[in-house]
Parts: sequence; structure tokens; C-alpha cells
Amino acid sequence: MTKCNKNEIFSHELPTTPIDPETQAKRDAKIQVAMIGFCGCWGCTLSFLDMDEALIALLDKVNITRSSITDTKRIPGRMALGFIEGGIANSENIAVLEEYRENCDVLISVGACAIWGGVPAMRNVIPLEECFREAYIDSETAVPDAKKTIPFHEDIPTITTKVMPLHEVVKIDYFIPGCPPDGATILKVLDDLINGREFDLPSAMNRYD
Amino acid sequence: MSRKIIIDPVTRIEGHGKVTIHLDDNNQVIDAKLHVVEFRGFEKFIQGHPYWEAPMLLQRICGICFVSHHLCGAKALDDMIGAGYSTGVSMLPTPEKMRRLAHYMQQLQSHVTAYFYLIVPEMLFGMDAPPEQRNVLGLVEANPELVKRVVALRKWGQEGIKAVLGKRMHGINSIPGGVNQNLSIAARDRLLKGEDGLISIDDVIEYAQDGLKLFYEFHEKNRQQVDSFAEVPALNMSLVGDDGNVDYYHGKMRVVDKNKEIVTELDYHDYLDHFSEATEEWSYMKFPFLKALGREAGSVRVGPLARVNVTKAYSDDTPLAKAALEHFHDYTQGKANDKTLHTNWARSIEILHSAELIKVLLNDPDLQKEPLIITPPKSAWTGEGIGVVEAPRGTLLHHYRANEEGNITFANLVVATTQNNTVMNRSIRSVAESYLGGKAEITEGMLNAIEVSIRAYDPCLSCATHAMGQMPLVLSVFNAKGELVNEFVR
Repeated sequence: MTKCNKNEIFSHELPTTPIDPETQAKRDAKIQVAMIGFCGCWGCTLSFLDMDEALIALLDKVNITRSSITDTKRIPGRMALGFIEGGIANSENIAVLEEYRENCDVLISVGACAIWGGVPAMRNVIPLEECFREAYIDSETAVPDAKKTIPFHEDIPTITTKVMPLHEVVKIDYFIPGCPPDGATILKVLDDLINGREFDLPSAMNRYD
Repeated sequence: MSRKIIIDPVTRIEGHGKVTIHLDDNNQVIDAKLHVVEFRGFEKFIQGHPYWEAPMLLQRICGICFVSHHLCGAKALDDMIGAGYSTGVSMLPTPEKMRRLAHYMQQLQSHVTAYFYLIVPEMLFGMDAPPEQRNVLGLVEANPELVKRVVALRKWGQEGIKAVLGKRMHGINSIPGGVNQNLSIAARDRLLKGEDGLISIDDVIEYAQDGLKLFYEFHEKNRQQVDSFAEVPALNMSLVGDDGNVDYYHGKMRVVDKNKEIVTELDYHDYLDHFSEATEEWSYMKFPFLKALGREAGSVRVGPLARVNVTKAYSDDTPLAKAALEHFHDYTQGKANDKTLHTNWARSIEILHSAELIKVLLNDPDLQKEPLIITPPKSAWTGEGIGVVEAPRGTLLHHYRANEEGNITFANLVVATTQNNTVMNRSIRSVAESYLGGKAEITEGMLNAIEVSIRAYDPCLSCATHAMGQMPLVLSVFNAKGELVNEFVR
């Protein structure tokens, strides 16, 4: 995340082919949204696509900047909404979540992992050392007689001892439960927010599986 | 001056990855690596849970290929209760066909999502197009009619999954020994005829050809680039049926070489005799390989390109895909195809293949029949099971053991993206050398070419990070626990 070596060059800092100014102006006039997935299954992002035809209509009003489905690798300015799936499981997740909080007016936790850690948080009851041995030392497919190796390197983040929900790290404004919430539920929330209505998830849509 | 180039994060893929490239004083590539930077933990924390929870919990590994994880788990549980292939029992027709239907539906929607939402932007706009344009927003601006067709196709696949599993994602259909429901006539007819907001199956087959047409146009215009881009060697692996052609749900694991000669073929229940997994310090993703050949020669490619390399021909009941595959095979004169960008060709053929397979299945009256489940006597319990399927991204394996109380004591998962780890790293290196090597000026578009090589594999780094355990955020935790840790740390 942090840039500490002058010989390091990030791809997003290099010269790009500029986007046509007219297209950019149209996008700038829309509501700016940033999305990201942390420790989860990417399912809530796919539920976003599950808005189906409504997604195309939504894109008339909304511009998606940084996300896992676009190539914008850093939040480019002030965002109205941050749409986040997944829990917090490594050092990089913490830094990026803080960047989202700093740059988004409203942050939404989407899905079971963002809201309470979800299935990945089941590891919280197991000491890390045991997990660690299981994966890399005692694995039945480990290479016999090879040097025992645990991933640990300057180019990969360290893993947190527990998987955390987003609101344990930063303030979160709204929560959409579900594993995953379906496309209609996500649409209801986004449609309300971009049209200036209050967040109002009816109990029929408030489900947890 | 030597330089380190970083792509962080790799975008338009599922999950979290990063690329680093080291260039020397003369701008030659010293090193290029794909780092998987996250990881979760399923093999350990599933232990102690009742065996029947596995297909429900472990499908949460991945939101795009959850059906594959669900079915892999279900096949392992079939073995465990004494109703699986390891005990010589074949699945009853209706449950097997229901499982296959869900699986083909998922392959359709997963490939459509990866191909159109993540991969196609480069085909239409170019690798060095403005980064803001190379995505679904750019597609909507440039070609809304195409996007409408893609949305309708993906929606149909998702609704097909829902008809079988009850939800578009993370539903439940498979249970040990069978399935919990068959397909109603109403649900079948909605999918066949295209009622209630859906297109018809014939429209699905028509729309499914859009991907292939796009690839052909792109290939025609950029033949030299497409054919020479990241051409890297690897063995090819796929599950095959008795006819030696791909079977996405069940079969033997077959590995073929460049000449399509069989290198090895195994019953997947024997995988531990054949595969090892190496670990590197710089990535949480392991590196599987065939023990007999060693890591360099024995790493395999899996997924669409591997499957069409292994397969000789599709059957006559999927005629459009069959013809497309013949054309694909002719292009490399019967040799296995190592061209990374042709993976997208293979993927577009498989979109059509799944659509045609689904049509055949939906017209099969077995889907409305019973019985749905085999219930073996308690004495048949084996306590161990292994399931393998061809997930959209390639060969996926789940292996569990449980004690007599039915609680899981062991789990091992070898996922498709992990199988592709070595060949993906070879692809990155190849593109880095040809696009960056010797060049003083580097642009964002040149680095997007590296991401293009990764996206061709449609890697699911969420799947690849199921393995658990890691250096903790607080190193002193380990130090406080004693010498054991020091043994593993550099």
C-alpha cells in the first residue's frame, strides 16, 4: 500500500490514454460510487450484477469509479457512496477501508461478511498457529523433504489474528444483510439513496441466508 | 537504475492479487510474479462441524462458482455415506441430472460474467484504451444493445440456478446421496419458453453465440497479437468421461501433452499419490504439480483452454459447439493450443456448449421423476470422501474425512485457480518480457497487457485463498508460543 521506495512505480501512476472529455463530463455529472470486496466470496458484487436490466438504468445516474470490475485502482475524488462487501482479514484491508471512509460520504456494509465477518470469521475461534500448520506444514499434499515455507514477504500483507466486521474498524452508515443480499434488495437501497430518500429496507427484504 | 513495477490491485478479476515486475539497469525483466494477497480459512475451521454442513459452508468460498463447490462437497459426502463412486454406487438418474443442470447453468452464467463483464472490454477498446473506458460502463456507452443481450443471458443462467437450488447464490439442492427436489414442469417451461421476464432457450443459444462472434472479429483484426501473446507451455488437465471427452460433472482426471498424448490418467480418489503442492514465501496461493514429473514439467493448466485441448470432439447433440470446437482444433493442426488469449476463444465455445447441453437436459423427462435419493444403511458409512468436478475455471477437488459421530476431522481443497498458478506466472513473465523488456518508457497500457494475460485464466483468487494459516499481524504471538514458530520463519 504505502510507497516507500523511489524505484517503485505503480501502474496507476503511469501515463494513460486519456478518456474523451465529453464522456468524462457526462460521468462527472452522475452520482459517484466506489465499490470494493474485502475478505468474502465476491458474491455481493455478483448480486450487484443481479440487478439485471435495472443495472443498466442505474448506470444512467451512477458512475462507478474504483471497484473490482473497473480498472480505476485508487479512489479518484469525493464519492457519494462506498459499497463494500467482505470482512477485514489483512493489514491491507484495514488501510483500504480507511481510505474508503475518508473519501465516501456514505459507507454501506453489504452482506454477511462485511456486517459480522461471515463464514471466514469462523476461523476466529482457532489459534492462528494451528491454522498455519494445517495449511503449509501438515498438509497431505506438502512436498516431502522440502524446506517448510510459510508465505511471509514484503509484497504480501500480513493477516489479522481475527476476521473483523467493517464497523469494528471504521464508522459504517448502513447495513444490507444476506448471504448474499439479492439484486432486488441492493437495488431498493441504492435507488432510495440516489434519489434522496431515507434508507428503508422492508422486513421482507431483511434476510440473513 | 533498476526498477520495481507494481500492479496493485489486479482488477477485473475475482479476489485479490498483485503483480510485481523487477527490471534491471538495462530494463530487462529479472522477475515477474503474481502475488495472491489474501486468504481465508476453510480447511481448518470446517473441522468439528457435522459432515452435512460442508456443501453449504464451503460453497461460500466463491460467489461465482459456488455450484461447483456445492457439488464437489456433495460428491465427497456421497462417498462418505457409502452412496458414492468410491463405493461403486452410481448416482440415480434424476439426482445426477439435477446436479448436472445446476452445474451447466452455472458454467453459462460464470463464463458469461467473466467473458463479457471482465474480458471483452479489451477486445472492443484495445489493451491501451483509457482505463476508465475498459469496463462494463464503457460497454454500456459504446454498445448498449450488446449489454442488454448479455444481461438477459446472464439473468437466464442465474434464474436456472435458482430453479434448482432455490436461490441465485449459495442455495441448497444436493444432499448426501442425492438431491432435495426435482424440476417442476412450470419451472422447466419458464426456462424453455422464456416466460416471466426471461428469454427462451432458443434465444439463449442464439445469444450464446455472441461471444464467439466477438472473438472471431477480434481475432481477424489482431491475429498476430492474439496468436503470439503469452504462448506458454503447460500440460493440460480435464475430467473426461468414458469417451475421453470433457465431462463437467464426473470422470477420470486426464493429463495430455503438446501432442495430445496422455501423460497420465487417474481416478481422482488417488490424487494424493499423484499431486504435491509447493509453497512460496511471496504468495498465499500454493503451486500444485504432478509428483512423477516434478514442479517444472509437471505443472498443469486447467480450465477452458485445457478442456478443449484434452477433448477430441463434443457429442452430436450439441452441434453448434461441436462445429466451433472442430474449427478451434483445426487452427493448431491437432496440437494442444498454448496460446493464452485463445483461452477466451475456448471460453466462448464453452458458453455455447453449456447452452446446448442445458437444452438437451431440460427436455429430459427424468428431471421430473423420482426417487431423488439413495439412503444406504448406517453400516455403509466410510467416513471419507473425495469429489471432483470441472468448475468453470477448471478441475476442482474437495476431500473430507469425518469421525463416527459424523463430525469433520479433515478437509483438503485443491481449486482450479491454484492448479493454474504456475502457468499464470509463466504468462505474466512472457508478457512482461515482450511488452516491457528493454523499454525505458513504460505506460499504463503496457501493464494492462499483463493483467490481460491474468484475466484470460479468469482466476478466482477468492477460491485460491481458502487455505488457512498465516504469519499473524502480531509476530510476537508466535514468538510467545515458542520454538515451534521459529522453525518455520526465515
